[in-house]
Amino acid sequence: MTDLLKLSGVHTHIGRYHILQGIDLAVPQGQVTMLLGRNGAGKTTTLRTIMGLWQASSGEITLDGMRIESRATPDIARLGVGYVPESMAVFSDLTVKENLVLAARDAAMDDKQLEWIFGFFPALRRFWLSRAGSLSGGQKQMLSIARAIIEPRKLLLIDEPTKGLAPAIVMALIECLKEIKRKGATILLVEQNFFAARELGDSVLVMDNGTIVHRGEMAALAADVPLQERLLGLSLEAHQ
Amino acid sequence: MTDLAATDPLPKPRRDLAPILLPIALALVMIPLVGSPSTWLTLTAASLAMGMMIFIMASGLTLVFGLMDVLNFGHGAFIAVGAYIATLVFAPFVASVQADSLWVNLAVLAPAALLSMAVSGALGLVVERVLILPVYGQHLKQILMTTGGLIVAEQTLYALWGPQIIPMPLPTSLRGSFILGDVAIARYRVLAMLIGLAVFIAIQLVLNRTKLGLLIRAGVENREMVEALGYRIRRLFLGVFMTGSALAGLGGVMWALYREQVHASMSDELTVLIFVVVIIGGLGSIGGCFIGAILVAMVANYGGFLVPKLALVSNILLMVAVLMWRPRGLYAVTSR
Repeated sequence: MTDLLKLSGVHTHIGRYHILQGIDLAVPQGQVTMLLGRNGAGKTTTLRTIMGLWQASSGEITLDGMRIESRATPDIARLGVGYVPESMAVFSDLTVKENLVLAARDAAMDDKQLEWIFGFFPALRRFWLSRAGSLSGGQKQMLSIARAIIEPRKLLLIDEPTKGLAPAIVMALIECLKEIKRKGATILLVEQNFFAARELGDSVLVMDNGTIVHRGEMAALAADVPLQERLLGLSLEAHQ
Repeated sequence: MTDLAATDPLPKPRRDLAPILLPIALALVMIPLVGSPSTWLTLTAASLAMGMMIFIMASGLTLVFGLMDVLNFGHGAFIAVGAYIATLVFAPFVASVQADSLWVNLAVLAPAALLSMAVSGALGLVVERVLILPVYGQHLKQILMTTGGLIVAEQTLYALWGPQIIPMPLPTSLRGSFILGDVAIARYRVLAMLIGLAVFIAIQLVLNRTKLGLLIRAGVENREMVEALGYRIRRLFLGVFMTGSALAGLGGVMWALYREQVHASMSDELTVLIFVVVIIGGLGSIGGCFIGAILVAMVANYGGFLVPKLALVSNILLMVAVLMWRPRGLYAVTSR
């Protein structure tokens, strides 16, 4: 399996803080790679550095064999990288429709893709012309993910999509992400919810203090409680 | 945690009408205080005209503030440059300006306004590339650079045109008033109201009916996410900056005609008003800017009539009052 995304020796500084301290990781094509770690380990910084929202101080980032670490965020997005930030970042002053129109960029929205999205997130059809700011947290998360998949993307970077959501909505999100995965998408997913991580992840990377401290199969980590305790401070079961 | 499940109906969005009602309420409260209905109508018309001119000058600045978090203390330079450019057009056509025909007058006024907007917009391009681009994200440096730019612009105008005040007479057909009973409303004020309203409607149409407008509204709210969707917001910002500069130039022409004079530091008195309008309107909000401009003009006019000494601080008091009521402005768009 080829690697769609590779980071080699990536360092990121934010102000005088040295956050990423030589990250080496690979995200295989067509797989869901989980990025786990304690709060403050550098997971969000890793996604933002890949997206160009924070500039890597040194190191190489390649997407499909192309160096991207010096590229601007809009260029990286146009290479086919979709980003779902932790904060959801829907445009609350715009309607659901307007949010998706912007995400579709130059193309008109694909009706089949839209119907597929509505199949998972019927609320988006119902509130099509409502301001995104008036949606609930779960509905905003649905919109944020819909925005990332309204166009075909090579790679999806998703930051804690289930954070703070009701269990029923978490299940709907997991089903949606599973379906995106079945369609062959490549995803780098930051997630604290063990159930979601176990359901979705093919491989796993664990971060601590700005470095990757473990890489392997998600199933193997899920089955190894002592390893979970050593890497994450407590067993993943405790996160459920 | 979510308050609603995905299938729950949305609460009906509440229309926030309070800021819109504020100038209406203020005007109504002033009727008994002013006493004479004709004086009240004259003051109200003057407030609306002045408000529209301030709105035109402030609308670009609020988008620049909201979209890119840039503190442009040199915005007043575009106002003065716009006014000076208009004098260049007026000078060779004095006879047309003094002609007793609205169309002949407009044949000079319209090209003067358009040329002023073009030059101010082009100056905006230079200022953004030379002064602002190197200091994005650095507020203190932005203040220093743009204030320095304003000083350089003013001194350049003095060097080119001299220190004297240049008269800029109103075209003949715009002099005088419309008489409605015992109420006199200056013709030029009516024109200023119409132009201001047209600019407001045009901006609203662009912001609400075009993809460019969607991008601007989204960028005001979260520019980082707009970039993450693949849009080059810097280019968008340059366009907004140039448009804002051009509108300031138009406002400069209108203000110069209102005062019937032009001088290099004419924007000094306006800069404070414009910043008050942008702040009380809510950074990045065109609707808030529109209402804020009317409020500022009302307070200046009614205040100046009722308590002349209060006029010196009335706008600051207005800003304090509005911010105590709504700390992020009348219509908060961005949290910056």
